[in-house]
Amino acid sequence: MAKVIVVTSGKGGVGKTTTSAAIATGLAQRGHKTVIIDFDVGLRNVDLIMGCERRVVYDFINVINGDAKLSQALIKDKRVETLFILATSQTRDKDALTEEGVKRVIDELKTQFDYIVCDSPAGIERGAFLAMYYADEAVVVANPEVSSVRDADRMIGLVTSKSARAEKGETLPQHLLLTRYDAERVEKGEMLRLEDVQEILAVPLLAVVPECPSVLQASNVGMPVILDEKSPAAKAYAEAVGRLLGETIEITIPKAPKRGLFDRLLRRSA
Amino acid sequence: MSLLSLFRRQPRSSADTARERLQILLAHERAGLNGAEFLPQMQRELLEVIRKYVQVDDDRVQVNLDNDGNISVLEVNIELPAAAPRHQSQ
Repeated sequence: MAKVIVVTSGKGGVGKTTTSAAIATGLAQRGHKTVIIDFDVGLRNVDLIMGCERRVVYDFINVINGDAKLSQALIKDKRVETLFILATSQTRDKDALTEEGVKRVIDELKTQFDYIVCDSPAGIERGAFLAMYYADEAVVVANPEVSSVRDADRMIGLVTSKSARAEKGETLPQHLLLTRYDAERVEKGEMLRLEDVQEILAVPLLAVVPECPSVLQASNVGMPVILDEKSPAAKAYAEAVGRLLGETIEITIPKAPKRGLFDRLLRRSA
Repeated sequence: MSLLSLFRRQPRSSADTARERLQILLAHERAGLNGAEFLPQMQRELLEVIRKYVQVDDDRVQVNLDNDGNISVLEVNIELPAAAPRHQSQ
């Protein structure tokens, strides 16, 4: 049975697309036939992060409107055998996404795929609503920063009350994925601690992705960061994928690099 | 912990402030979101009922919902026109 996973956050720029790309790629690497859908109509970016921007001919909106068949719009990833991308349109038409159209496409994808990863746009407008509406499971991405945590809380509330599953009285598992976590700044008291964010948002933790240069480097070259296997971010995402697949994996919490006593004395008193 | 920090009074960290601000704000928002949506409607209905008996202006009725920790207070403030009705009754 196909599973629809939404990656959402409310706030922009916290790492939704990076996370969607990493999770979709990770699921596909594990042998599951996976498609990633870009719901950010007008501001398409999944294609760029996945490195297939020059291969987009038809998109999600074309399929919804019946201008193209799903098979024409699905882009097959060149690195991972079982991975496909459904890009979105650059149209400025806000009504391009319809509830009925999205349902039709998702239902069709469900017959062909094991996992459907929906990359939500920021905000709580139609695109974000439809990205989470048909989800079976939600990954809420947040940074350890006040506005992001507040918006994540809002989003968790929306998913809990307004998704199709919620409306039917069914449960919808939600997971917190914290990105850009800087253990050194947390230690200095400059950044919200993981425990604080967890306590405030009260949804189970999926992974903690450390602040890491590899994320930007991967996006520069159009490669999902999870493929950069040596990077700490990739390791965190690989853990997230394992946990989504139901494996019991202990979550790695990023730690600040150890410093000598002398170094620390100097740093603190500076 | 460094030696120096033992002698210096540690200022409250900004992360602590962030946590506290969020806790207060979200407690407020979670409790208030549903409440706030019905407030304008309730205000209109209250006004209709009051107008059956007393002539009041729209801006003389104020409805506020306050969340303070565990307690929520619904405050309805109705300012009755002082002069006019009394003149009539005299």
